[in-house]
Amino acid sequence: MLADLAAGLALAALIAYAVLAGADFGGGIWDAFARGPRRDAQREAIAHAMGPVWEANHVWLIFVVVLLFTCFPGAYAALSIALFTPFHLVLLGIILRGAAFVFRAYSPQSIRRPGAPGRQARRWGAVFGAASVITPVLLGMCLGAVSAGGVHVDPAGAVTIEGAAPWLRPLSLAMGGFALAVCAYLAAVYLANETEGELRADFRRRALWAGTAVVAMSVLVLPLLRARAPHLWHGLLGARAWPVLAVGVAAALLSGWALWRHRPRLARTATVAQAACLLAGWGIAQHPYLIYPDVTVHTAAAGSATLRFVLWSTPFGMLLLLPSLWWLFRVFKGGAMRLTNAPGDGGAG
Amino acid sequence: METLTAARAQMEVSLAFHMVFAALGIGMPLLMVAAEGLWLRTGRAHYRDLAKKWAKATALTFAIGAVSGTALSFELGLLWPRFMAFAGGIVGPAFALEGYAFFLEAIFLGLYLYGWEKLSPRAHLAAGAAVAASGMVSGILVVAANAWMQQPLLDARGAVVRDNALAPFLSRAWGVMSLHSTLSCYIATGFAAAGVYALGMLRGRRDAYHRSGLALALGLGTAAALLQPVSGHFSADHTARHQPLKLAAYEAHFHTTRGAAEVIGGIPDVQARVVHGAIRIPKLLSFLAFADPDAEVKGLDAFPRELWPNVVVAHLAFQGMVACGFALIGAGLWFWWTGWRRREPGRWLLRALVLVSPLGILALEAGWIVTEVGRQPWIIRGVMLTRDGVTTVDAVPATFFGFSLLYLVLGVALALLLRRLATGAPPRAAQAGAAAPEVAHAR
Ligand code: HDD
Ligand code: HEM
Ligand code: HEM
Repeated sequence: MLADLAAGLALAALIAYAVLAGADFGGGIWDAFARGPRRDAQREAIAHAMGPVWEANHVWLIFVVVLLFTCFPGAYAALSIALFTPFHLVLLGIILRGAAFVFRAYSPQSIRRPGAPGRQARRWGAVFGAASVITPVLLGMCLGAVSAGGVHVDPAGAVTIEGAAPWLRPLSLAMGGFALAVCAYLAAVYLANETEGELRADFRRRALWAGTAVVAMSVLVLPLLRARAPHLWHGLLGARAWPVLAVGVAAALLSGWALWRHRPRLARTATVAQAACLLAGWGIAQHPYLIYPDVTVHTAAAGSATLRFVLWSTPFGMLLLLPSLWWLFRVFKGGAMRLTNAPGDGGAG
Repeated sequence: METLTAARAQMEVSLAFHMVFAALGIGMPLLMVAAEGLWLRTGRAHYRDLAKKWAKATALTFAIGAVSGTALSFELGLLWPRFMAFAGGIVGPAFALEGYAFFLEAIFLGLYLYGWEKLSPRAHLAAGAAVAASGMVSGILVVAANAWMQQPLLDARGAVVRDNALAPFLSRAWGVMSLHSTLSCYIATGFAAAGVYALGMLRGRRDAYHRSGLALALGLGTAAALLQPVSGHFSADHTARHQPLKLAAYEAHFHTTRGAAEVIGGIPDVQARVVHGAIRIPKLLSFLAFADPDAEVKGLDAFPRELWPNVVVAHLAFQGMVACGFALIGAGLWFWWTGWRRREPGRWLLRALVLVSPLGILALEAGWIVTEVGRQPWIIRGVMLTRDGVTTVDAVPATFFGFSLLYLVLGVALALLLRRLATGAPPRAAQAGAAAPEVAHAR
């Protein structure tokens, strides 16, 4: 029971990471694919939206990792061995993304065209975009590897891999693509909310493309799930998971409709619900496995003293955390931004 | 390259890299709120300019600290999975609480950096103070995990206590270590920042902006540096009692003796068990460790040879740390003495301040080398050997070289950006004739 609660907490943190930081990765994706006459304005809007919040959003990942190694140390050790290479690549992506984002913001502007990024800034911008595209794919692949089977862990903790590298299997690759599409969708929907006029139209159009990509990727993932991860497939259709998934699908439809009808606020709410329900459904279907088929929430759990400490400290921690987060988002996300009078040195730069 | 060697090397590089930014992330916010507080009180614009400049430096270093710290939390598992499988549930509570401190730090930093126009002056100052406080707390909490590795909580039979979630906080090394390492962050930041302003003044920019920057940075740095030998003495005292082998190693004290001498400088020769070229102060080691000039101090010979850490590295790092500490104290006192006599800081003083400005960071790295190399061959002292904690994956040499290269590139890029930031004093504070700085690409 304690272990299940701890796993639920980790899942909740993972959802927060996906919904919040996923959009920051998505912002980077749209930075990489910024096109057309408003290219610089799009990039400006993305940086403006991410700037104050991305580091706080990033901490959710650290929270997930810490919960994992504190509450399920055996699973963390096994994952670290089985996913040694993709985890290192994820780190590479995370490091380059964060570093390039701030380095770009502090690089000099172009001397010839005032207001446009200089050469150094453009280079860091390219690194930022590329890292933002690659990292969510890798994270999705890792999530796929956990579900796909093929990682065997004996009771002493020794890890053997059966067949191809688990993160390079078709299901994992498809999950990577799915994660990419979801991040791009989240970001475009949020950005459509936070901009006005032509920029809003740009991001709305991008959101419609990305939404289509999300649907396409789910069409790809579903048959793969059925063929390659039957336990997960049955779990998803099981009595506990399907209502959650059904809400998720309804929210997805609603968000598409709201976008179409130019109702960005509703679209944002529905998109958050959609992403949260999909991940929650995955988590519920995956339960009790942490790594299918050998490691479960119960076999990997730390001692009950540790679990109890983590669970009891959570409400107190949240009492500090949630009001602070609320303040942060109220200050920076309340109402659309007006880029025209973005204060010159009022920001971080 | 062997997996164990590569894993240790990767951990060293990652920690040494992270530590610089962690220290600046703890120290810079304090300087920044101090300057802003002075601005709100006095209304003098150069204080606001300093606060804004330090806020920018904090934004850059915090981001690098955050991503390199993320790498570390993964690397604990990637490099030491068997250690984490054994100890994750025990040190975890320290990291879990630290997670909340990180959250608060990142949230309030976002509010601070981007909220100059959006928050009231008081709310803005409070956000800055929250950054400084949560940074300090996060440092103290993570040290608990390390303290537990130095001195794990054991039960009466000598087994690791697993059913107490507070184990890392009950490690008796935590108190002395967290005090000493928190002070070291302020020393490192204070003197590093002071170097920037001393250099500016040497180049003739003796305006209020530079003077106040220098005074604030040295105020923090000198105060912490003066406390550091006292705190270091508590650390050594604790080590003498609880980790006598480590003390013997970093003091290069080979033979158990009464009235042991303090060995200053010199190169230990582990084969011959002597220290070449050292100055010896009779009875001082016994006195420092046990407050009794005739007390017996265990030497390395009291322990099996295969449990000795690397004596040369530990001794040199220890000497380096202490030497840096006294050099910083000297430079700091020189500055305040000049000020007390109402003299202008002269060129030699400014040159000295530029010269010692990296020593705080150097001492901090050296100190961690003393502690961590001195713990070898154990990953958890007395419980688990480092080689028993290492991963079974054989790709570690490749990741070690890859990550070292990555950190090298990032370090250089950051240094260049910080230099740009440091050379451009804000136009308002700059005096006529000073070159207008390039416009930072503000976002
Ligand atoms: C600015 C940095 C700095 C400065 C000037 C000093 N130290 Fe230090 N020292 C550290 C930064 C540091 C550190 C990096 O923060 C360590 C590593 C682990 C720890 O808790 O603090 C450390 C460890 C450390 C230890 C090892 C404890 C152990 O692991 O067993 C001792 C005995 C001392 N210090 C003693 C001193 C003395 C006597 C100093 C006299 C000036 C001194 N330190 C200056
Ligand atoms: C004594 C050693 C350490 C101290 C004093 C310290 C302190 C800090 C501080 C102050 C930060 C905030 C970022 C900044 O201000 O630059 C930070 C970030 C971080 N540190 Fe460390 N750290 C230490 C060692 C470690 C270790 C060993 C790990 C992991 C195993 C770690 C994991 C992290 C993580 C994950 C972050 C990112 C948090 C964020 O996004 O805000 N740290 N550390
Ligand atoms: C922040 C400053 C720190 C620095 C500069 C530092 C430095 C080092 C160094 C030099 C080593 C390698 C020792 C050797 O192989 O000879 C090492 C190892 C290690 N450190 Fe630290 N350390 C720091 C703090 C921490 C903290 C806070 C933790 C907490 C969990 C930690 C955990 C480890 C682990 C797991 C290893 C690998 C195992 C080992 O070599 O014993 N370190 N560190």
